[in-house]
Order: sequence, then structure tokens, then C-alpha cells
Amino acid sequence: MCTTCGCGGGEAKLDGQPHSHPHPLDHSALRPGRRRISLEQSLLAKNDALAALNRQAFLERGILALNLVSSPGSGKTTLLEQTILRLRDRVPVVVIEGDQQTSHDADRIRAAGAPAVQINTGKGCHLDAHMVGHALESLSPAEGAVLMIENVGNLVCPAAFDLGEAHKVVILSVTEGEDKPLKYPDMFAAADLMLLNKVDLLPYLRFDVDRCLAFARRINPGIQILHVSAQTGEGMEAWLAWIEAGRRLAMTVRKTAAS
Amino acid sequence: MHELSLMEGMVQGIQEEALRRGFTRVHQVRLEVGRLAGVEVEALRFAFGPTTEGTVLEGALLEILELPGQGLCQACGQTVEVEARFDLCPVCGEGFVALTSGTEMRVKDLDVD
Ligand SMILES: Nc1nc2c(ncn2[C@@H]2O[C@H](COP(=O)(O)OP(=O)(O)OP(=O)(O)O)[C@@H](O)[C@H]2O)c(=O)[nH]1
Ligand SMILES: [Mg+2]
Ligand SMILES: [Zn+2]
Repeated sequence: MCTTCGCGGGEAKLDGQPHSHPHPLDHSALRPGRRRISLEQSLLAKNDALAALNRQAFLERGILALNLVSSPGSGKTTLLEQTILRLRDRVPVVVIEGDQQTSHDADRIRAAGAPAVQINTGKGCHLDAHMVGHALESLSPAEGAVLMIENVGNLVCPAAFDLGEAHKVVILSVTEGEDKPLKYPDMFAAADLMLLNKVDLLPYLRFDVDRCLAFARRINPGIQILHVSAQTGEGMEAWLAWIEAGRRLAMTVRKTAAS
Repeated sequence: MHELSLMEGMVQGIQEEALRRGFTRVHQVRLEVGRLAGVEVEALRFAFGPTTEGTVLEGALLEILELPGQGLCQACGQTVEVEARFDLCPVCGEGFVALTSGTEMRVKDLDVD
């Protein structure tokens, strides 16, 4: 049961189980009188507060958390499978899978050798910090672990919801067209790294890589870009090196915070 | 449809305010939503009824004030209105526009009892 968020529930399910919370309202502490209250509170304030709690937990345990976002079918799960196969002997990797329905992706991750929790968002089009907080309770990643969060396939809504991650990683596959960064700018603006996936298919497509990268940098001049193929393994070394650098940083920051 | 979860977050935040500040009923809530916030105002209105049921917000009036997208052109220095978040300056056609308003989505104030 949730001790931090006091939320009303919703239809999100963790590994198929519904979850619930106590009602937070205490009617005993009330003062009367009609009045106007100025709030100036973001509609995302609740999510952002819960994301900050997740981020604090990651910091204390030296965990590198990545939020993988893309349109459906860009290759997120395949990329995760291939990443786990290459990392699992050196680095503890755990995964949170977000999909509207089914546990297919979590099953694939477990088969690749990493613990995974499946969140089904029902009608929800994105993961939020609250769902991730609950998934963490059952995953309890080890100190120094890498936590990969595969968000719901959607290039719009996940951009707005901070989960507490260190970085958003946007995956764009070459079959989607080179103008995606311009059509869905918020997501490319929010990401620190872009993985251009399925580059093994480039010989069969009319896809102008330079144009695509220029579009991405127009929206986000500081974005890092790596070319990969989750199918052939091309470019995986650079991606793994990027993860390991992030993980070393997370572990170093934890040590300095603790001392 | 992330307007639904935005509304759920808003309701939770206001429920907590009710506890903190001691009110049991909200008569009116005013939101400020920027045109570049990526939020559909109609979808917010649609989500308001179901998400406020059984809360201090039940039956409250929802007023949404829309704010224009505005910013400062980094090339010509003019304050301009923009239609989309990453549009180039509509005056000089060259500069990026550093936004000064248009991306907000917040509760401005509440009339409570
Ligand atoms: N040729 C090629 N195919 C790929 C590559 N990566 C993934 N695929 C294929 O793309 C399809 C979708 O891959 P997934 O990994 O399920 O994609 P996803 O992003 O997890 O999809 P959702 O979770 O449904 O959004 C599968 O048929 C993969 O085999 C790649 O690098 N090259
Ligand atoms: Mg997947
Ligand atoms: Zn200008």
C-alpha cells in the first residue's frame, strides 16, 4: 500500500494486479468561510514531486535510471534484450516495462535474463512517476544497478511526465521517416540521447540520415546521437559505453553524497 | 489522452490543499493553460467531471484561461507571438524564439468554502 502518494488508485496495474490507497482526506481540521486562494500550482506538480522521490532513491543507491521513449515498434524491447545480453555479466540490469496491455515485453526481458516488472496502463498513454515508484517497490534494484524504463510507445505524452530518470533516451527507427523530430519536437527536446535504430535497413529505404540528424539538432542542439541496429548489433558498443559512463557517474555521485 | 492524468494530478493536489488550508468545498477553479503546452483544453474539460466526482471539487465551475505563445526572437530581438513551440521568428524568419509564455499549465486560484 502506498505511504507517500496518497493517490486514489486509477486503473494502472502492476504485473496484472490492481493497487489501492487509503483515502487521504481528514475532515477534522477544517476552517469555515468562502474565500479565494491563489495556488499557482502546475498540473504536473503531483507527478513532479513523486519523480523527485524516485530520483532521490536512485541517487542514494547509485542507480542509473533511463527512460526509453519512442513511437510503437521502434525497437525498444529488442534493444533492451540485446543490451541485457551484453551487460548482465558485469552490471545488474533491471527493467520496468510500460504497455497499455499484455505482459509480452516483460516476458521477453525476463527471458533475456533481467528482472522485470510489467506496468499495464490500460487507457493511459504514458508511465508516470507514481506507477514507477510502485514498480520499484517490487523490483528493489541493487546498489549500482542500471534501471531501464521502457515507456509506452508514444512520441507525445511521455515527454511531459518526469519519472525521476537521469536521462530520457529517444529511439527513432529509420523506417519512421526523417522528419519525426520536427513533428514531435517536445520529445526530442526532452531527450539527452537519440538512438537511431534499425540502421541495417538503410540500404532498402529512402532515408536521409543527415537531414534527420539536422532536424533533431534544430530542436535540441545538445542532443547526443548514436546509430545502432538492435538486429545486427552494429553500434551497440558505443551505446554500452554511454550507459557505463552514466553508471560510473551515478556511483561516484552516490559516494560523494554519502561521505 | 494525458489530459485525464493531468486532471487526476490536479485533483490530488487540491485535495491536499484542502487538508492543509482547511476547506471542504471548491466553488470555482481557474486554470491557466498556454497554447504551446500540448494540452487540449476540451479534453481537460471533458476529464474534469469524472475525476472530481466524490472530491472537494465535485460540482465546481471550471474556468480555463488560455495564454498565447510568446517569446523573444534571438535574432531580431522582437517580442513575437508564435503558433508552435519550435517555430522560427514570424517577423524576421531567422531567429529561434526564446519563449516567455505559452507553455504553462497550472491552477491559478480556487474559490473555496
Ligand atoms: N531490421 C531491424 N528490425 C528491428 C530492429 N530493432 C527491432 N526490430 C524489429 O522491430 C519490431 C518491433 O520491435 P520491438 O522491440 O518489439 O519494438 P518496441 O519499440 O519495443 O515496440 P512497442 O513496445 O510495441 O512499442 C520487431 O519485429 C523487431 O524485430 C533493428 O535494429 N533492425
Ligand atoms: Mg516494447
Ligand atoms: Zn526575429
